[in-house]
Amino acid sequence: MSQGVELRGVTMRFGDFAAVKGVELDIEGGEFFSFLGPSGCGKTTLLRLIAGFNDPTEGQVLIGGKDMRGIGPNGRPTAMIFQNLALFPLMKVWENIAFGLEVRGVSKAERRKRAEALLELIALPGQGDKQVSELSGGQKQRVAIARALAVEPQVLLLDEPLSALDLKLRQHMRQELREIQRRTGVTFIYITHDQGEALTMSDRVGVMSAGRLQQVADPQTIYEQPATPFVAGFVGENNRLLGRIGRVEGGAAVLDSAIGPLRGRLGGDLAVGAPAALFVRPERLGVQPASGTPGQGGHIPATIVSRAYEGAFLHLTAEAAGGTVLTVHLANSAGLPDLQPGAAVALIYRPEDAIILPAEAAA
Amino acid sequence: MIDDRFARLLTRAYLGLFFAYLFLPLAVMGAATFNESRFPTVTPWTGTTLKWFAALWADGQMWNALGTSFAVALGVICLAVPIGVAAALFLSDLHSRARSLVYGIMVSPLLTPGVIIGISTLIFWRPYGVTGGILLTVLAQASFIAAYVMLLVLARLQRFDRTLEEAALDLGATPMQAFRRVTLPFLMPAILAACLIAFLQSFENYNTTVFVRGFDTTLTVYIASKVRTGVTPALNALGLILIALTIIGAVTHELLRRRAAGRKAA
Amino acid sequence: MTALYRRYGPGLTGLILALTGFWIIFLVTLPQLDMVDYSFRPNLSMSERGGPNDVYTLQNYATLADNAIHRAIFLKTIWASALVTLTTLIVCYPIAYHLAQGTTRRQAALLMLLLLIPFWINEILRTFAWWILLAYAGPLNNMLVALGLIERPIRFLSGDGGVIVGMVYAYILFMVMPIYNAIESLDRNQIEAARDLGASPWRIHWRVVIPHAKPGIAVGCIMTFMLAAGSYAVPALLGSPGSRWFTQIIYSWFFEGGNWNQGSAYAFILLLLCIGFIFGVMRLARIGLADIAK
Repeated sequence: MSQGVELRGVTMRFGDFAAVKGVELDIEGGEFFSFLGPSGCGKTTLLRLIAGFNDPTEGQVLIGGKDMRGIGPNGRPTAMIFQNLALFPLMKVWENIAFGLEVRGVSKAERRKRAEALLELIALPGQGDKQVSELSGGQKQRVAIARALAVEPQVLLLDEPLSALDLKLRQHMRQELREIQRRTGVTFIYITHDQGEALTMSDRVGVMSAGRLQQVADPQTIYEQPATPFVAGFVGENNRLLGRIGRVEGGAAVLDSAIGPLRGRLGGDLAVGAPAALFVRPERLGVQPASGTPGQGGHIPATIVSRAYEGAFLHLTAEAAGGTVLTVHLANSAGLPDLQPGAAVALIYRPEDAIILPAEAAA
Repeated sequence: MIDDRFARLLTRAYLGLFFAYLFLPLAVMGAATFNESRFPTVTPWTGTTLKWFAALWADGQMWNALGTSFAVALGVICLAVPIGVAAALFLSDLHSRARSLVYGIMVSPLLTPGVIIGISTLIFWRPYGVTGGILLTVLAQASFIAAYVMLLVLARLQRFDRTLEEAALDLGATPMQAFRRVTLPFLMPAILAACLIAFLQSFENYNTTVFVRGFDTTLTVYIASKVRTGVTPALNALGLILIALTIIGAVTHELLRRRAAGRKAA
Repeated sequence: MTALYRRYGPGLTGLILALTGFWIIFLVTLPQLDMVDYSFRPNLSMSERGGPNDVYTLQNYATLADNAIHRAIFLKTIWASALVTLTTLIVCYPIAYHLAQGTTRRQAALLMLLLLIPFWINEILRTFAWWILLAYAGPLNNMLVALGLIERPIRFLSGDGGVIVGMVYAYILFMVMPIYNAIESLDRNQIEAARDLGASPWRIHWRVVIPHAKPGIAVGCIMTFMLAAGSYAVPALLGSPGSRWFTQIIYSWFFEGGNWNQGSAYAFILLLLCIGFIFGVMRLARIGLADIAK
């Protein structure tokens, strides 16, 4: 089993600017862990702290239980796949792959052999004598992976490595990366702003915003039970309705909003009267004729503003009382209602599909 | 249309005049080598001869001066090229306001008259026992030639992807290994060009050298003193040889460049 | 500095700092400061140095103010260098423009090679070539006499004319290259557009090309003026006792007068002249140091 990474109160400041603030996290050995966040959230800084290009201003980075402070990138059991791949342009493919072995003093014959084996692994057998510039984008990608794996790292760090590839190749490489991770058992720490990548590949995801770790959980929990409004808004699409807590009933609550009382699960410690927001995903909303009677569930009177037909789905936008705009995704399964812009409807949902979180300070 | 044709004619005439101005003096100097006359000229032509090449060949002072020039140029390359590379690396990692100050100091020798560089070097090193001679000439020339090297290397460095160095370190290379295997090979074309420039600059330098040479005579100093004290067409023979070498060098360089460009296009 | 250390480790960083430091401190800064220091001290024998007479004084500068001949030569150096700069600019601008905009890339490359060749040859040799051409019994005089344009040969080499011609020749490349680089970056469509709008060639140059080439022109003028004012080689070869250059006086203070302090003062004045010219032109053209060093 590979070594894990522990971050203990890690803070990184550049001058007055804190790029990473008090991150506390255990990444287990052999885990595929993703940091997900918008650009500028501090995830790349965090990765470079683990790789050893910088030491944190405060806190500790431990790999395999050992404090890494003062140990440079060449002394850590990590290998990084750079966003631009950083393949050495003046070396042949096999020399790139064997570079880590070369600097460790491995003999040339042995290097060549190991490089060939890795080329086999990444499905580029016999291509070692090519120049890097002769490879396609996907091939370069794989060479970068092989080069990092050649040094048999405990932890592989991946800095948005798929961002330069086209969509189809990107989806293919997701599977391939996951496959390589399973086969090698190396701890993968993956950075991305693409939630699709994070959710499909990872064992666990850490969502970051403004230097802070917002939530760490498995992909399903991240999607179903976001811990903060940021996570609810950043991962997947979400409708947000603002108001104040009207009533708390164990794990559920009622939000008093401009539309009226709205029911949902309670996602945090909220007292009656506290400002809060209710989040409900577009695919969890249903549509009823406006004349229908409100049931036990959520019931939001609204007017259809626009519709977009996409075959398997119908996307609707609707405006509720108070000007709140909501998005609805209807699956094209049991026939679609004939809804045209201007139609008055009621949007319904099951209260357990909605979550009530503390309102963002800024929102 | 008439206007256009007239403009073209005018351009051609000017180009012709300009390049005649550029090459005529050199042609006259070259031609005078073959004139029998003891004084280097083409008029009157007193007879065609090759004897001035022989005279040049037999001129021991010239060979000495040539040796000195090579020694100085070699010294300058050994000193100015490492300095220039180091300075470029230093500068490229400097990101504060200090950068423009340091940059200003580094390029200042290029904007300082050569005689002043010679004088200040002469004055500065005297208390340390370094008086006029080959060593002092190397120091003086290196002080401004290093700036050329720095600019050439810096320009190349700006096209260098610094994450390559990080990748090398990340794969376990020591900083020295990363530099030797990744950074240096990338900089090599600029460094080689810098060596050539350093050599040419050193070889042709006069204004600085004349203050710091002491009793050593470089080829340029020798030529200048010959012009003033007793010139014979042997000097023209020397000029002709240098011109021929230059043209061969320039044409070779151009052909190599074109071939490289052609290969890249293919 | 920490970035350097992170990247290159202790050994290489030390080497980089040592080499850079040696250059900046011992080859560039301290020698210049030493020269300035020298210029404010009296010329003393070894034994008197550090003694009671070793005080700062303006006496070396007063020498220039008092010596009418030196003063005249200094002023001559200024205007002659300015004249060289202007002449070189006028000669080079059409060439730079033609290379950058008026011809195909292939042809420009060939012309550029032709332009470069003379400048790979020693400055001294180039000047020597002019010395032959301009000699009293030289080809130019012979030709002019034969054509009947003059009755008797002219002594080109006894006035300032020879020096100026030689300098224009010597510094052509330093003027052509920066202007060429500047004009080359000008979008050819701008010229076409101006022509299309009916502008005369003069007007196109005055309103479109020259404003765009201004930084290049400024750099060319700075280099040419500095080289001309600081040249020792050209006046030493093409000048005569009657047409001395300021650098020659500096040289004679050092190696004939044996008064290094006096020579330093003159050298510093020359340096100030060049710095003043550089900053003046930089302000006029609104360019920075980084533009010059291209």
